[in-house]
Amino acid sequence: MDASVDRIARPWGSRTPYGRHEPWPVRVDTYLDAGVEPEQVRRWVQTASVLHSDGDAMDIAVVDGRMAGVRGRADDRVNRGRLGPKDLFGWQANASPDRLTRPLVRRDGRLVECDWGTAMERIVARSRELLDERGPGSIGFYTTGQLFLEEYYTLTVLARAGIGTNHLDGNTRLCTSTAAEALKESFGCDGQPGSYDDIDHADVIALFGHNIAETQPVQWMRILDRLEGGDPPRLVCVDPRPTPVAREATVHLAPRGGTNVALLNALLHEIIRTDRVDHDYVATHTVGFEELASRVKECTPEWAAGICDVPAARIGEAAELLGTADGLLSTVLQGVYQSHQATAAAVQINNLHLIRGMLGRPGAGVLQMNGQPTAQNTRECGADGDLPGFRNWQNDSHVADLARVWNVDPKTIPHYAPPTHAMQMFRYAEQGSVRMLWISGTNPAVSLPELSRIRSILAQDRLFVVVQDLFLTETAQLADVVLPAATWGEKTGTFTNADRTVHLSDKAVEPPGEARPDLDIFLDYAARMGFRDKDGGPLVTWHDPESAFEAWKRCSAGRPCDYTGLTYDRLRGGSGIQWPCNEQAPDGTERLYTDTISWAHPDVCESYGKDLVTGASDDAVEYRSLNPDGKAMIKAAAYLPPHEAPDHDHPFQLTTGRTIYHFHTRTKTARAPQLNEAAPDVWVEASATDAAGLGLDEGDLVEVTTPRGALRGRLRVTGIRPGLLFVPFHYGYWDTEAGHGPDGDTPGRAANETTVTDWDPASKQPLFKTAAAALRLVERGGGRSAPAPTTAASAPSGAHAVPATTGGPSALVRQSADAHRDGREDARPSRQEDAG
Amino acid sequence: MNGTTLVLRALHHGERHLARELTTVAERHRTDHEVHHVATDLARWSREHVGRLADTAQEHGLDLGDSAGAPSGGVLSTLREKAVQAVGHRPEPGLLLLRDLRELHLGATENSLHWEMLAQIAQATGDDGLLAVASACHPRTLRQMRWTNTMIKNLSPQVLTSP
Repeated sequence: MDASVDRIARPWGSRTPYGRHEPWPVRVDTYLDAGVEPEQVRRWVQTASVLHSDGDAMDIAVVDGRMAGVRGRADDRVNRGRLGPKDLFGWQANASPDRLTRPLVRRDGRLVECDWGTAMERIVARSRELLDERGPGSIGFYTTGQLFLEEYYTLTVLARAGIGTNHLDGNTRLCTSTAAEALKESFGCDGQPGSYDDIDHADVIALFGHNIAETQPVQWMRILDRLEGGDPPRLVCVDPRPTPVAREATVHLAPRGGTNVALLNALLHEIIRTDRVDHDYVATHTVGFEELASRVKECTPEWAAGICDVPAARIGEAAELLGTADGLLSTVLQGVYQSHQATAAAVQINNLHLIRGMLGRPGAGVLQMNGQPTAQNTRECGADGDLPGFRNWQNDSHVADLARVWNVDPKTIPHYAPPTHAMQMFRYAEQGSVRMLWISGTNPAVSLPELSRIRSILAQDRLFVVVQDLFLTETAQLADVVLPAATWGEKTGTFTNADRTVHLSDKAVEPPGEARPDLDIFLDYAARMGFRDKDGGPLVTWHDPESAFEAWKRCSAGRPCDYTGLTYDRLRGGSGIQWPCNEQAPDGTERLYTDTISWAHPDVCESYGKDLVTGASDDAVEYRSLNPDGKAMIKAAAYLPPHEAPDHDHPFQLTTGRTIYHFHTRTKTARAPQLNEAAPDVWVEASATDAAGLGLDEGDLVEVTTPRGALRGRLRVTGIRPGLLFVPFHYGYWDTEAGHGPDGDTPGRAANETTVTDWDPASKQPLFKTAAAALRLVERGGGRSAPAPTTAASAPSGAHAVPATTGGPSALVRQSADAHRDGREDARPSRQEDAG
Repeated sequence: MNGTTLVLRALHHGERHLARELTTVAERHRTDHEVHHVATDLARWSREHVGRLADTAQEHGLDLGDSAGAPSGGVLSTLREKAVQAVGHRPEPGLLLLRDLRELHLGATENSLHWEMLAQIAQATGDDGLLAVASACHPRTLRQMRWTNTMIKNLSPQVLTSP
């Protein structure tokens, strides 16, 4: 192992090979500011990453009251000391000079600084006015996937029981709602079946629309380490781009956009045809197999080949791998969740595991992944279109139980319809029935589809917009009140990764200026609004992170996401712990469904399910008749063509996505120099065939146009599937002259200028993978190259001399196999004295 | 005209009507994006039903003419689209949408009852071909009904209680 590595040039660092069923070796990654030596670090403060859903555990180095670096935690089950590029460099954004330090209110059309009292009173006055005049349905809350559990739970209580509105959702709607919905459809309840440790044991790993190398780079390190060890796994990759995963795969399928269901039905067809079905498992644990078998009977590889434009023989090879694995791990992400028929496709992957009996044992599992770091918590806490603790809004006894926990009348909690999803909330705002939108920690003016529409909604005079954030984002520029928030490292709380691992994140440094933790802001609002329970006591009875956590534990008790066995003290010092963690499972739970499908019984399930094509809700009677004993449900789905197909004017398919160096709309990662320089501006990927056909070359300035809008970027010619264009969705306008959107001088830069407003009817997740687009030359590159990284999926094809992406001396990261590091034991005692 | 052809004719008319209505509603509510996209998908089902009914009718000696369930288009549709965009920021389309969903639901319900009758005829006469058509199509009609019902349930609280 090299002592230090340029982790921009080599994002995954050095290999620590290991064999199947062996423990993953430790490799501790450390990055400290230039000039800071490890022995100078007085305190290491425990936390985990908030720049993806992996939950990489780390310690923040504190020198003279400021952050000076990070180090992976060797003891943690998730990363065994490793960190990804965003973990290593992203923390620098905290100290960015343009952090918001004072509240802002709009006066005479301009945002001006004010004190907290003024800002909060303006919000409270507008809330009261709207409650009096228009009722609770006029107020909506749109939150994020980056706050802490304690904050989501508090927001849920104040929104659902305080205001009494049904309009609360997270931007996790964009990244993880299909994961949740697919789990509810198959298992009756949310909850990740598998564990990251399954990577250690699987003999086949199938990645469906999941460029894990860039989205969860530390788990990709784990896969790479296994590929170099004894008895390596074989990979199946479904992705239209030449991702690092595709390059390592035994079988790579690059289907036409929007055809996942056709492909998956053909894979299921082959597995059933060759009778690789675990009939005992199917009989004991599932319902619905016959329906699936009959539905996919005609879905031959040849049939799918015509739809997906993938050779039938490749589909057969993939099915052979999936069908013969003795430990099959599947992972799923945005290539499925943000594409056409999202839930239907994700459910077919669950079906694959159900019919093969590949669940609940080491190496046999499904990881329906999350995008954002704390997405799991919005789902658990009821801030993502569900009731807290995975309670079922259609089940009156679940609502009554929640009302008991909150000591309110069940009528107080809206449950006459499903909690409103984000896209519908924006529609209500567009129509004028929602008049106040409180946006915390997210940037819809860059991240939602069809941005000209979103900007026009946010800019309405009649809509009162509150934005709570770290920076003056594109969205904040359109707000009426802007609240400066403290962030990770400046506040304490917990959050949970994609494999149910709960981590504690302690406060390391003070927030800048008057910025306040999101929890404090919500608590302040609840107090000013005077929310009461049914006995006249305060509705929100907690006052700090730990008391909020204790309150959440009471709400989670007896539910699948049971946290009652966890405390801040237990989470401090060692590894993160997987829920459920309670008296029966005091050390947490590695895998769900090891013996039985625990949460699908009609009386306990979180959802009675939906029609995968129409999104229509099933009811309790239907559910009970189809699944009286609470087994896993095998649900078939027919393929439907995507809603927007290429035509003469828009001959390409357009997909958006991400790079390893950036997170979301770059509010943090663009302020970390190494990350920003690795991918400083937007680019457009096209295949060599298409570029040649249009006479385009690497570095040419091109314009991508759809019926919604256009953007410009430099062209990167890659091995992407012909007919498909790719644009990263990270880039917006805050670092341009224009400020929050394109204008006469600033052309479109955000991918979402072009995306279509369409969402999966079941999960309500917007679709970003199937727009039809045109491509044209704006200006020759004249020897320039696209600002796209060369290290991962956007690597150039062809003979072009594109300079390699490197980070130089400022990106050198120490690697060590030694778990024992100086100063580590200091983390616990000193925290409370110093961080206060 | 016997019972079979009577029901086939009524159902053919009903499915053709529903296909047209779904397409019209999809266009009219283009700014209610879920309605737009799902109604367009569901119109496809009704068009397929029209085709299968015409073929079945042929086998029973009944000519139902061409299966004019094709989507409408042209100037009128463009006008509707523009009109929709113009009122995108107004609340009235919410009420109009509830009305349209109600009509779609009633149309699908009528079709469902006719599918029920057709299936009963098929069983009573041992007509396996007819039973196969009814068994293939009727569930999708029921799903059209559930969809409209769900949308009405989800949208009514907001549309009907905001001042």
